Amino acid sequence: MSSAKGKGARIVALHLAVIAALFAVQFLLPAYHHGNLARIMVFASFAVGYNLLLGYTGLLSLGHAMFFAAGMYGAGLPLYYFDVGVLQAFGLGLLASFGLALSFGLLALRASGIAFLIVTLMFAQAFFLATLYFNEITLGDQGFVLSEQARTLTLGGVVMSFADPTVKYNAALLLFSCCMLGCLALVRSPIGRVWVAIRENEPRTRMLGYDTYRYKLLALVLSGVICGAAGAGYALLFAYVGSTFASIQYSIFALLWTLLGGVGTVLGPLVGAGLMFYLVDIAGDFTSSYLLVVGVVLLLLILWYPKGLLGSLRARWLPWLP
Amino acid sequence: MAALTLLETSAISKRFGGLQAVDAVDFRLEEGEIRAIIGPNGAGKTTLVSLISGRLAPSSGVITFKGEDITRLKSYQRVGRGIVYTFQVTSIFRNLSCYENVALAAQRSLAGGLGGGLFGSERAIAERVEAAIHRVNLTDRLDLLAGELAYGHQRLLEVAMGLALDPKLLILDEPTQGLSQGEIAAFCDLIRQLAKSATILIIEHNMPVVLELAERITVMDRGAIIAEGAPDEIERNPLVQSAYLGTGNA
Repeated sequence: MSSAKGKGARIVALHLAVIAALFAVQFLLPAYHHGNLARIMVFASFAVGYNLLLGYTGLLSLGHAMFFAAGMYGAGLPLYYFDVGVLQAFGLGLLASFGLALSFGLLALRASGIAFLIVTLMFAQAFFLATLYFNEITLGDQGFVLSEQARTLTLGGVVMSFADPTVKYNAALLLFSCCMLGCLALVRSPIGRVWVAIRENEPRTRMLGYDTYRYKLLALVLSGVICGAAGAGYALLFAYVGSTFASIQYSIFALLWTLLGGVGTVLGPLVGAGLMFYLVDIAGDFTSSYLLVVGVVLLLLILWYPKGLLGSLRARWLPWLP
Repeated sequence: MAALTLLETSAISKRFGGLQAVDAVDFRLEEGEIRAIIGPNGAGKTTLVSLISGRLAPSSGVITFKGEDITRLKSYQRVGRGIVYTFQVTSIFRNLSCYENVALAAQRSLAGGLGGGLFGSERAIAERVEAAIHRVNLTDRLDLLAGELAYGHQRLLEVAMGLALDPKLLILDEPTQGLSQGEIAAFCDLIRQLAKSATILIIEHNMPVVLELAERITVMDRGAIIAEGAPDEIERNPLVQSAYLGTGNA
């Protein structure tokens, strides 16, 4: 048992070290990359939520943009139209994604496999079209910008504006740390063990006495709430709320970030989101068809590293990586 | 042995399209016995135990366990009552370690619901895993991936998973299939050990194993029970000889 305990300590130390490194680099990075990294951390939080469902429970969704957007609109709309505080808005974002994930899960989890995938796609499409249909409220794909005043948090007499790069960066880091450590704790808990069992062999898991439907529902709801937290965080930190974030493109992004970094690895989403972000960024300097470059890189990756970067690393050298 | 009835099926039937796989079977199991079900291929043995374990829903009939009607309970709820099924085709989590395989079973019997799943104690789980693994003699393979085990050891792992669920009724579907002679002897010893704490229902084609282990034998043919009794009675039964022993299916 001592080896298991040593392993656990090493895992916790690694993840805390990653957070510490992210905290430290903000003092070194030039402004441009500083801002990028804040964005990457929010997207990585989104991917952490996605990965919980795909990587650990084995449910493939192409509709997670709706949870991200639910969090985004849940926080953004009250901030835009009403005089609510930043924390209340964030809470409303979480609530919106929770409600959506729960009601969606109760329906969609009756299906499995390809059928589940299609249901996620259809629901997300309906959600996306709804954001366009109600464009008098949501302002559709044009979206709306949150004022700096709406994004100012007063906490214990200290006034913090999310327009300030330092506040923005550290808020993104806090969001990502919570999502990532929450994910780590979940997948290392007995519940995480059952999720992995469902991923590996659901009928067998049922014959071990588990109501797999409830476990899948729990995974879906937690996944949706984490994605919603990322969406709410995005609205608060980057001030923009628009339909684009509910589109299929963002569902696919979540999938790609996760695949690139390594499905079923806790740190994979950060690696995947970071790489992808800079891939698009660098490719965009050379060509307007940057998505083609992204596609080629992904093809090569699937050919040589089908488990993603951290997944391959784990398979070869680091079997203890969670 | 005037023991208590642990399990009883009344006129249980299962129809697959035009095939009556199990036809109005009345089956009774006493607490603490080792019972074997034998019969030719397609006799309905696996279907019957699937109905008992809840993997299949019956077309009609009633199943009671410890006096309670469990016909409508889902398979995972029956596991909670202590009905544990180990698969005919080895069904382990090949990509997980032996420890994780058994831990899944252990944590189910310790914690139960979702809440327990979140707050269950890893130490209690580990203790139960080690006890179960020790009983099947796989302690030195705890950290190996289940898929890397030799076939005979995979069967043992499957039994350990059953054990960790703390069964009242352990159903073993052709457990000695594919095992060597030496492994079979060890397996029989293990089953006798297990029978001290659980009722054992075993489907088996290997007649020497059946005759050695079973206290009573139920013979099925074409979806029905055609004979039941002590091993020596069954061996002498002419119906059984023509349906099963004589046809050379064993």
